[in-house]
Amino acid sequence: MSVPFVESVLLGAILSGMPVLYAALGEVIVERAGVVNLGLEGVMLMGAVTSFASTVRTGSAALGVLAGATAGGLFNLILALLVVTRQANQLASGLALMFFGAGVSALLGAPYIGSRIAGLNPLQIPGLAHLPYLGPLFRSDILAYLAIPAAALVWWGLFRTRWGLSLRAVGENPAAAYAAGYSPPAIQYQALFLAGLFGGIAGADLSIGIVKTWAEWMTAGRGFIAVALVIFSRWHPLRIVWGAVLFGGAVALQLQFQARGAPVSPFLLDTLPYLLSLGVLLVWAGGRRHAAPASLGRVFEGTK
Amino acid sequence: MRQRGPHPLRVLLVLVTSLMLVVITMGGAARQANAAPPALIVGILHIGSVTDGGYNQAHAEGVRYMQKMLPGIEVIEVENVPESADAERVMETMIQRGAKLIIAASFGYLDPALNVAKRHPDVKFEHPSGYKLAPNLGTYWANTQDGFYLMGMAAGKMTKTHKAGFVVALPVSFFLANVNAFHLGARSVDPQFETRVVFTGTFLDPGKEATATNALLDQGADVMAMIVDSPITVVQVAERQGAYSVGYHYVGVQKFAPKGWISGLAFNWGPLYVRFAKAVMDGTWRSEAIYGNVASDYLVIAPFGPAVPASVVRQVSASKQAMINGQLRVFMGPIKDNHGNLRVAEGQVLTDQDYGKMDWLAEGVIGQPR
Repeated sequence: MSVPFVESVLLGAILSGMPVLYAALGEVIVERAGVVNLGLEGVMLMGAVTSFASTVRTGSAALGVLAGATAGGLFNLILALLVVTRQANQLASGLALMFFGAGVSALLGAPYIGSRIAGLNPLQIPGLAHLPYLGPLFRSDILAYLAIPAAALVWWGLFRTRWGLSLRAVGENPAAAYAAGYSPPAIQYQALFLAGLFGGIAGADLSIGIVKTWAEWMTAGRGFIAVALVIFSRWHPLRIVWGAVLFGGAVALQLQFQARGAPVSPFLLDTLPYLLSLGVLLVWAGGRRHAAPASLGRVFEGTK
Repeated sequence: MRQRGPHPLRVLLVLVTSLMLVVITMGGAARQANAAPPALIVGILHIGSVTDGGYNQAHAEGVRYMQKMLPGIEVIEVENVPESADAERVMETMIQRGAKLIIAASFGYLDPALNVAKRHPDVKFEHPSGYKLAPNLGTYWANTQDGFYLMGMAAGKMTKTHKAGFVVALPVSFFLANVNAFHLGARSVDPQFETRVVFTGTFLDPGKEATATNALLDQGADVMAMIVDSPITVVQVAERQGAYSVGYHYVGVQKFAPKGWISGLAFNWGPLYVRFAKAVMDGTWRSEAIYGNVASDYLVIAPFGPAVPASVVRQVSASKQAMINGQLRVFMGPIKDNHGNLRVAEGQVLTDQDYGKMDWLAEGVIGQPR
């Protein structure tokens, strides 16, 4: 009665990969606009706690996702205020946002610990859900189905719209974008809000989709993995999908190997996701296309 | 256009503000006594959140109980303290505020606590599960292996697939001993029982614990057990998939598995903390290594779930009594490891001292100890 290896790994990869995928899709938008958000972890936690609390209160997981996304978006505006309006250092502000998010989410979440929710349930696609090997792909929750369309949407928005062009211009050279008539601060505000929505959804996926519980600091570093994933994908939303699947697959694989009694040290297996990431970076490195936005991390102070 | 680096003052301001917010939000704020000076100020440091439904909540509720039984006591409680020099600073602050008893409630606080204890001989320290003592630092823990053996017996009685899954944070010796004890208990009632272990590498990562639980259930396990800080995730995932579960650390986990709950091994630190506080107040405190067992009031078998038949409950209780009487021992030879090497010879019995050196998993356990 044990489940075939491929299906198990696939299911595990979806579970482990989705939150980092959504978070990284948000991060790629802000980084393309020239802002590094190291506070992603805090944004995810705010999304996770808000969506969990809303789901407990309303009983609706859909409202939960909505609330989580909104909370993430609003929370990221704090960073916008710090780094765009107040022109503070992005890395320090990001870390501050992370700690702030961890603390506030712990405070908000305390009354909800131990609450039980139905959460996001898997939606089975008739006929496909029981396919050999690929079955798990078609019995996921709604957020997993929407992940690839979301990545495509981000790609389209960044590379095929006028708004995306102006956003990338701000990330490359805000002074030039300013001269062309765009307002870098306004665009960075928009980017941070959008990214917050994605970060909030990532948190919601974790708290009401995958684990269906709230625990303090339940993101356990996934926010930082998402930031790394953006670099790994060389700031390209479609490559982020591959990165997330690879990372999620590696996490799932190492747990599967252990559950199946593979004669490999658990310490070594635990490094598998990171070894794989390093390997891919080694193979892919060197390309000059789609490298980091030129003004990433710099503070735009207007033209004087 | 002029680019300039971050202004140092601005960076400092951001950092200081964030630190203040951390301190405020993490509940480290002082609780001031109203009028009369407290009979004793007790400081307790937690590695995680006191509402984790697990390790930390068990310690926190022990302190609540102590406060209820000894109303004159003031408690300074700090959550989420890293196991580093930060722990020393938190302890120093507690002492500055008058703490005379400090409970450093995580394994990794041992060395920080020893350092602080050396500087403050008048303050008493208690540390759970440690292996070092100082004139003013005592240690306390209990033989959890006996309890896990009993849980394994119940699991062996309940399973239909003869397989259990065990989610464990790290392959450290005492955890391996717990897994082995659970497995030996299960095998005592079900000779073909198999225990599959997955190490997650961390004490709290609900996402990874959920994935690990799924992986184990996919392998046909129908009973789940865990050694992570919060049992909630594993228990809930097992319940959703129709599997049984055995809890650890905190007694109140049953509500997450109304159908599949078997029982759990839990700490009830309250009575012990009352003894510590009383001893410090009346000057009878002395440094000792307290090591309880299933007969102690602070290590309890959680109530059994509705799925467990009365006959199983009776059998487990009888075995518990046999352990207390010394008739039943967990690691009684011959025991082989899962590579076929004889680890405990015929007639040999392992004791608490041996558990700290255990680096193998018993025959029938599927997993890699290192």
